[in-house]
Amino acid sequence: MSDAQARGGANIEFRQVGRPLARIDAPGKVHGKTRYAGDYVLPGMLHAKVLRSPEASALLTHIDVSRARALPGVACVLTHAELPDRLAPTDIPGQTGRKRLDTDQQILVRERVRYHGEPLALVAADTPAIADKALELIAFDLEPFPGVYSVEEALTPGAPVVQGTDNVVSTYKVRKGDVEAGFAAADTIIEKTYRTQFIEHAFLEPEVGLAWVDENEVVNIRMSTQVIEHFRFIAEAIGVPHNKVRILGSMVGGGFGGKEDITVEIYLALLARATGRPVRLCYTREDSFFGHGKRHPFTITHRTGFTRDGKITALTVDMTADAGAYVYLSPYVLLYATVASPGPYRVDNLHVDARAVATNNMFTSAFRGFGAAQACVAHEQQMDEAANALGIDPLELRRRNFLRTGDAIATGVPIESAVWSDECMTRAWQALGERPPHRGPVKIGRGVAAYQQSYGRITWLHDTSEAWVGVEMDGTVVVRSGVTDIGGGQVSALAQIAAELLGVNLSDVTVYNSDSATTPLAGTTTATRALYMTGNAVRLAAEAVRNRLLERAAREFDVQMHEVDAANSMVFVREQPLTEMTLTDLVATCASEGIHRSELVMFRAPFTDGIDAETGQGRVHPDYAYGAQAVEVAVDTETGEVTVLKSVGAHDVGQAINPDAVEGQIEGGTSQGHGYALSEELIYEKGKLVTPSFSEYLIPTAMDMPRVQSIILESRSGVGPFGAKGIGEPSLTPVAPAIANAVADAIGVRITDLPITPEKVVEALASVEDP
Amino acid sequence: MNDAKVIRLTINGRDSDVGALPNETLLETLRGLAHFEVKSGCEKGDCGACAVLVDGQAVDSCLTLTWTVAGAAVTTVSGLGTVDAPHPLHTAFIERGAAQCGYCTPGLIIAAQSMLDNDTRDPDEDDIRIALSGNLCRCTGYTKVFDAVDEAARIMREGGESS
Repeated sequence: MSDAQARGGANIEFRQVGRPLARIDAPGKVHGKTRYAGDYVLPGMLHAKVLRSPEASALLTHIDVSRARALPGVACVLTHAELPDRLAPTDIPGQTGRKRLDTDQQILVRERVRYHGEPLALVAADTPAIADKALELIAFDLEPFPGVYSVEEALTPGAPVVQGTDNVVSTYKVRKGDVEAGFAAADTIIEKTYRTQFIEHAFLEPEVGLAWVDENEVVNIRMSTQVIEHFRFIAEAIGVPHNKVRILGSMVGGGFGGKEDITVEIYLALLARATGRPVRLCYTREDSFFGHGKRHPFTITHRTGFTRDGKITALTVDMTADAGAYVYLSPYVLLYATVASPGPYRVDNLHVDARAVATNNMFTSAFRGFGAAQACVAHEQQMDEAANALGIDPLELRRRNFLRTGDAIATGVPIESAVWSDECMTRAWQALGERPPHRGPVKIGRGVAAYQQSYGRITWLHDTSEAWVGVEMDGTVVVRSGVTDIGGGQVSALAQIAAELLGVNLSDVTVYNSDSATTPLAGTTTATRALYMTGNAVRLAAEAVRNRLLERAAREFDVQMHEVDAANSMVFVREQPLTEMTLTDLVATCASEGIHRSELVMFRAPFTDGIDAETGQGRVHPDYAYGAQAVEVAVDTETGEVTVLKSVGAHDVGQAINPDAVEGQIEGGTSQGHGYALSEELIYEKGKLVTPSFSEYLIPTAMDMPRVQSIILESRSGVGPFGAKGIGEPSLTPVAPAIANAVADAIGVRITDLPITPEKVVEALASVEDP
Repeated sequence: MNDAKVIRLTINGRDSDVGALPNETLLETLRGLAHFEVKSGCEKGDCGACAVLVDGQAVDSCLTLTWTVAGAAVTTVSGLGTVDAPHPLHTAFIERGAAQCGYCTPGLIIAAQSMLDNDTRDPDEDDIRIALSGNLCRCTGYTKVFDAVDEAARIMREGGESS
């Protein structure tokens, strides 16, 4: 066992970190006092609406907005004709400033419509009702244009090209070891194809923002977004300097990757500048279904060689993702899927071929799990298929192949932190308890799935995060950081870290966050990076302040600095508890002597160059998280209905900053995984979305979810603060394949296409009973 | 605004005379009066984020026309208690970590309160699930919400709340 593998036993005493404290954002939310972006109003505010294409592939041959403009109460109607000759970015490397790929999208349709719902025109009016009326008064003609509505169609020679010169948006490959030799050494080769579907984020707060132009010609936008640093790209899209766009975040009513791309910001900026008045754009639920990118459907084929005793000898993976009509984050999602494709297993001989393909379906982009979730659906079902074929227990087969610290992952880089896959899997499985018997036609099944999920952004994006920490004159603490809080407790975790290091209680910390003009830029709340990156920035800043304060106190106490500690707003000598002073007195002393009571820190992730294009070898991420899900299902073989009876997520989070918040992530990620496995699917017929509501797109309700059990393991081996890893995305990734494996266990036949609907279960049973 | 009519509502215990159009929903009326604690999630009755109590019963305010509730007592999550004098549901949701993004939280608390006031103060698992089944939450997986409602019900049974 290497150092990292064993480090979990370390005895660390915390006062704030690691405790299940009520989050600082909880009272405001529970009492209805928290203001979301849609809760802000300004005098004279206009209401905006978006006119969307009812066709998925067409040519806009005519658009006439004169009647809409003439409607009393309409302040502004914009079409492509009024827009500057500019584009909207669809591929944002965030705060790194690196050149983006050539993937930009028209802001409003100029001529070619590429997806159902693509915006044709914007309206701003005195009331939402007038804006709706104005949309109806816009006359336009769409001429049919040949489209492609599946990756198969898109890859057919001579198929219509969606954008650019070729429907292949992005490719990745891995060439590692000697796959031919590996297959030659195999006793058994398993080959199977798995498919996943389009998935909607379904955050409860639809996209919303409020824009106004101030006296300095700055376009201010109060936004629900995961990424306030889109201000640069918004500025470029509307043709103003970067310092003339300001994004003010607010508490985000759910993101999950769906508020990672620009949504309504550019429309708001254009309308506010065109009218000189404040403008709010609040998407309806239907707008939200049409308005942001979805989770990529993947088709993934695994061909795996095993020895008789279950060791993987070789693996080839072929994966194709539907990128939809614009590029957005498809190349990155594809890369993550490529890296994650073999799962948390040691595979020395590996070939991966991955491609993302443009179609006239809705564009696909970031979604919690970001490619690794789709990869996990395939590799974990493949492991169960192999276990079945080899006659080896599925857990045991996994154990024989799990990565260990120091082993090389798919991209050839050794994993440096703990790999507690086995511990997590074993604990999750044990938590299922005694297996109940089948009840007539209701069959019980169990399944497990393990994963490897990165945390932190791609290392060649050179990710950084800034935070400022200071102590006020009364001993209270302020944290300033641009980080956005999307509901996972991102801000509260920062407060807990600052409280720990500065010796105050959580209630003594106030965090100002999410303002691109006044808070130090912290980067995105995406990629399971907020705690890792901004948590480290806050830790470093708080440590710097702590050291200056304690150094001064040590002089006062006439002891060495390392003998001094701080807790409960008191500073004291550890071995002489009566030698103490209040933090307030210490701060007053420091202030009078000009000792700096604050610190601004930039935390830098590891910076690397890109991977080798031919072999896919090289570093991609700062580190990886490992864990597992175990589930028990009941399948009614008469109706096909699947009920999840038990669902257990066990994850090595490195160090839980707030165990309650970690559990919350596990429980929520689990419920999204349940929907992914069983009920959720955006259906596009010839590119047209036919499920744009919560009565057609079915996310789990309180009737569907069992009480989720969370098992938190702490290896303290991660690169986050205090050895933390991450849990935002990992919590979701193994859930759907665990359910798929449980269903296969229950009924003896595997359904390889998600979601596993009652119809598919009944059909699958019929196919085996009546071949 | 020619069709607007003045409607008397008692909102969180205070009488208000509000001008409302015939097709105006209670959700629009309440948010127009700065009751931003009432959230809009779908405007179709699918998600429950806009739930309020009308004469003690939980309704989706997006499906309720303001004219149809003239004279009614309307209670939002902010009307159940204050930060200084919280309702047991408020306390339990905070202590049990039942709010994540918090957008659905007001509706969930209203739905739970409707059950506890109208149906049972001793809910079992099924009672809670049924009561909350009209309220979608995408963040929590409902586990801590169930825990919070259990906890609040227990406290209310033990007499910790007067309503």
